[in-house]
Amino acid sequence: MLFKTITKENLRTFITNIIKENQTFAPVVVSTDADNNPIYQFKKVDSFEEIKINYTKSYSSIKNFFLPYKEDLSTFHFNENGWEQKINYRVNPRVLFGVRACDINALIKLDQVLMKGSFPHPYYIARRKNTFIIGLDHEPMADCFCQSLDTNEVVHGFDIFLTDIGPKYFMLINSSKAFNLLKNITIEEVKEEDRENYIKEKNRLASLFKSHVDVTGMANLMDIEFESSVWQKWGDKCLSCGSCAMVCPTCYCYTVCEKINLSLKTASKEKMLYSCNLIDFAEVAGGHNFRPKSSDRLKYRYYHQHRGFVESFDESKCVGCNRCQKACPADINPVEVLRDLRKENIK
Amino acid sequence: MTYKIPVYDINNEHSLSQTPNFNNKNALMKTDMVYQCEITNIVELTESEKLFQLKIINPIEAKIFSFLPGQFVMVEVPGFGEIPVSISGSTSRRGSVALCIRKVGKVTGILHKLKKGTMLGIRGPFGTHFPMKQMKGSNILLIAGGLGIAPLRAPIYWINEHRSDFENVHILYGVKTPEQILFDFQFDSWRKIYNYDIHVIVENSDKSWQGKTGLITDLFKDISIDVKNTYAIVCGPPAMFKFVCDYLNKQGLAMNQMFISLERRMHCGMGKCCRCMVGSTFTCVDGPVMDFWTVMNLKEAI
Repeated sequence: MLFKTITKENLRTFITNIIKENQTFAPVVVSTDADNNPIYQFKKVDSFEEIKINYTKSYSSIKNFFLPYKEDLSTFHFNENGWEQKINYRVNPRVLFGVRACDINALIKLDQVLMKGSFPHPYYIARRKNTFIIGLDHEPMADCFCQSLDTNEVVHGFDIFLTDIGPKYFMLINSSKAFNLLKNITIEEVKEEDRENYIKEKNRLASLFKSHVDVTGMANLMDIEFESSVWQKWGDKCLSCGSCAMVCPTCYCYTVCEKINLSLKTASKEKMLYSCNLIDFAEVAGGHNFRPKSSDRLKYRYYHQHRGFVESFDESKCVGCNRCQKACPADINPVEVLRDLRKENIK
Repeated sequence: MTYKIPVYDINNEHSLSQTPNFNNKNALMKTDMVYQCEITNIVELTESEKLFQLKIINPIEAKIFSFLPGQFVMVEVPGFGEIPVSISGSTSRRGSVALCIRKVGKVTGILHKLKKGTMLGIRGPFGTHFPMKQMKGSNILLIAGGLGIAPLRAPIYWINEHRSDFENVHILYGVKTPEQILFDFQFDSWRKIYNYDIHVIVENSDKSWQGKTGLITDLFKDISIDVKNTYAIVCGPPAMFKFVCDYLNKQGLAMNQMFISLERRMHCGMGKCCRCMVGSTFTCVDGPVMDFWTVMNLKEAI
């Protein structure tokens, strides 16, 4: 990793030029919520001016650039002798600008599952390696609890990461691709005052977190409290709609369905993101459902986040972005669920 | 000066141009690519179960495909869907795959309508296997409930082909009604040629049934087990294997000497879709075969 600084004016020129030559996605306002606050999403931008550089957090995570809601895994072409299967993994490059630390850390977690270890997923890898990521630090919102999950700082998983230190940005350069692009523009060596300002700013940002949750020992607690009434309490609220998984930056589970084209000449095998809260998630042939109750399914969601993922990768799957609560029509709050489990809410 | 991000074309990756070998789990490969198979034979076993004998068409794929008893494949019916099915035949017949399939859902419903000569796809093999080599020199207790006999045919063929590696072999098989008994046409040959001790019990019998009536655990009275030198392979519904394994454990058979095959509805077979997760374990990667100790330590396994 290289550490440099870039003036705000030069960054503007840099991004403007990137936008000109690449498909670039950045946070823009798409609507307002019930309290009249802007709703941000990553959308394709045509100019730097469209970008809301001081946005809070995007309603959906950036995971859908890597795991689209729907994608064709393959197509079947029928002929006289049977059929032929076709697969297309090709993806065009694109840029994501303004990505938050928690979302980059979420990608690293997805990398663990989909890129490293057994059965690397070609579709994911094609998208991941064709996506140039420029991250941006931000002041945490009142409900951000990423600090508790150690995901408010980035070490890898991005190309460039920027922290606003007043007149310029402190810049982490983490790929040769990024280094080559930056040759087009003036960047500066880090001076002593830049380092000071950077550390000061990092400390300030860290001090702003209001939402915290203790996840130490959570993996064992999940087992010990498997029969806890806490699951009933929150599970009864759950409407099993699956919204939480849709906005979650690390939920990757899916369903596969096949469709025959109306011409009867082709069929497609489609992968669709799913949610473990949906009623038929654990149903097997013949109709037996291993998780028939909404509380079973909600519990499983937390169990995967804080027990299953920890067992596999020594860290929680949750990054503390709290998007699930924002999207939840029943206002299920992950911090409160975990606190209940720790019996911290009993006075 | 250019601000263009260079293209990464994954299709240029050498490993991706190779025929996928699902036993080489960590390699980048076309995990979505199926091996084309012809249905060479369909054996009607009962009203709802058929045995499909498949042959992998491409000789390279046929050579690559090798599995161990207890593993499963994803069976692709183009346009209809893909389902996990345990392999129900011998490991030594390269390029041929036997699958015993009950008609229970959409894809299996279509499968039951297919005729000989139809082309299907398979991906795999996936999952863990019964540790046959570790069982060498031991007595084997094969216990099946209902359709659970299907995955047991793979270890049975293994034992047949390596008969001198094993001591006494018992098969205990329980079904609901006499007409649900599967593969009984093979029992005599297994008894006669391979010296198996086979016991079948039926839960709800009728006049046609001459054998025993009751639950599978009743069959334990008919056999004696040397708990120090026996491995059990158990396959059936959760309630059944829990009963069976608890009983055997009380008799002194260690939990890590009993192997169970779990059933879940996988959508990928590769630890990605999460559909088959039991607690925090992927049935498709860490299972379907697990020892009883591991199963009992899984939340919601039963």
